[in-house]
Amino acid sequence: MEHLISLFVRAVFIENMALAFFLGMCTFIAISKKVETAIGLGVAVVVVQTITVPANYLIFNLLLREGALGWAGFPDVDLSYLGLLSYIGVIAAIVQILEMLLDKYVPSLYNALGVFLPLITVNCAILGGTLFMVERDYNMSESVVYGLGSGFSWALAIALLAGIREKLKYSDVPEGLQGLGITFITIGLMSLGFMSFSGVQL
Amino acid sequence: MGLRQYLDSIEHHFEKGGRYEKWYALFEAADTFFYRPGSVTRTTSHVRDGLDLKRMMITVWLCTFPAMFFGMWNVGFQANTALAANAELMALQEGWRIGLIQSMAGFDPGSVWDNFIHGAAYFLPIYLVTFVVGGFWEVLFATIRRHEVNEGFFVTGVLFALTLPPSIPLWQVALGISFGVVIGKEVFGGTGKNFLNPALAGRAFLFFAYPAQLSGDAVWTSVDGYTSATALANGAAGGVDAIVMAGVTWTDAFLGVMQGSMGETSTLAILIGGIALLIMRIAAWRIVAGVMLGMIVISLLFNAIGSDTNPMLAMPWYWHLVLGGFAFGMMFMATDPVSASMTNTGKWIFGAIIGGMAVMIRVVNPAFPEGMMLAILFGNLCAPLIDHFVVQANIKRRLARNV
Repeated sequence: MEHLISLFVRAVFIENMALAFFLGMCTFIAISKKVETAIGLGVAVVVVQTITVPANYLIFNLLLREGALGWAGFPDVDLSYLGLLSYIGVIAAIVQILEMLLDKYVPSLYNALGVFLPLITVNCAILGGTLFMVERDYNMSESVVYGLGSGFSWALAIALLAGIREKLKYSDVPEGLQGLGITFITIGLMSLGFMSFSGVQL
Repeated sequence: MGLRQYLDSIEHHFEKGGRYEKWYALFEAADTFFYRPGSVTRTTSHVRDGLDLKRMMITVWLCTFPAMFFGMWNVGFQANTALAANAELMALQEGWRIGLIQSMAGFDPGSVWDNFIHGAAYFLPIYLVTFVVGGFWEVLFATIRRHEVNEGFFVTGVLFALTLPPSIPLWQVALGISFGVVIGKEVFGGTGKNFLNPALAGRAFLFFAYPAQLSGDAVWTSVDGYTSATALANGAAGGVDAIVMAGVTWTDAFLGVMQGSMGETSTLAILIGGIALLIMRIAAWRIVAGVMLGMIVISLLFNAIGSDTNPMLAMPWYWHLVLGGFAFGMMFMATDPVSASMTNTGKWIFGAIIGGMAVMIRVVNPAFPEGMMLAILFGNLCAPLIDHFVVQANIKRRLARNV
């Protein structure tokens, strides 16, 4: 249990998806102008990440990994080169299924998330979570916790950035830096603030 | 002809179309340094208050003086004590500072004058570089972007200089203040528009870029070839016992007779300036109270958890208060009105986050013995979001009331 808690804290603060690995930058920058929408997108990422990482864990360990097909009578087959293709397919499929389910049973949340749900199909933080899971050889419970933690880390980062960008509406940025430029500088300064966690031993 | 008449008589040169139009920012800065600006708000809303941003910033600057003067004495005292104890180090000392000190004073740790001159020989050049380089950027941006040179820079400069170790090379000082002023503040449009404390942004930049000169055991005493661990580094190794063993009692730490960054060691001197700021209501008492509260709660929590391997868990809160940059950060850095939370409830939360984070970094993060700087930067990041939620909660409450 203690191990899982420390994995969660690690995923949220120390290995923050957006501010330590700079993953998912396109949506991170594009959808962070207002706090409400940023939080909506953040929640969507947490949900999708928590489902896709364990799902991909199962696919990797039951189908793709070297020797994983032993139960079907092919102990020598190594399908891990199909990894990227399968993960992206799984993510896209799950996002679609989730969208349909939400539309049918929780329309209020579906409306709140709107276009962001299909958008996160192509969010590299989601694929990144899966790839880290494969690389670090997490087991089932670890991959659930890691999915939740890394999704939450991204949600936290985008909410903080949106708060800062709302405040920066009143700033007076030099012409050449307006828009994207100042956002990049802001994100850089934010990850300077997040450096406080690097080196924490859990 | 009085100064006022003289300033008035040359003013037209600096106004639009005048000969020295480009230098208006400088003229304006000099003018308002001596006199209150004559212009007042012309529209309906008008706050009548003698305290404008300029006076406020100057007051903060003056309130750092106790810490600054004590810091100068302490830098000299630490260095002279080290030299007295290790006579062979005297031969190793070189550079222009030693000659300067020798021409004016000796190296006796018992003499206030000797200590003070020694400390001044280290602090004043650092402060001068901060001031000149930072001022250059400030005036450059003010001139090109046509805003006023702001006294906020006085505060940024002095706070930045006071958080540096005495032995830092001057070119690093110049680099750090440049980063702080330009990237930390001016790219966002100057004072009041940034979201990080510029002094801390500059120091954090130096801290991560040149860790050898900003951390470790060799930098805190201005004597070449002399190393000695700071109180917090001792604490990380062996808890409060190790700090006392190294010769620093709680009273020493409170008075500030220990190694550290130039202005941060004396909790007493900082409290004198800080309480003056609180009484004049320039620093927000809610933030200071929040920082204290967060620090006390988290350190009590760690005390209760306890640990066999990490002695920092057992450090009581009153030690956390007097060691490292905690007091300085609490009084001068966290209360920066620009980068802190604006709402009253938000100030409590903002303070508590900083206090708690500072203790957490000190205790559970072995990479950094001191956590105040990083905790405040993290608090700055959270401040806008905290404000957002406080405002939303207010709106919700009021809506519910008026159904």
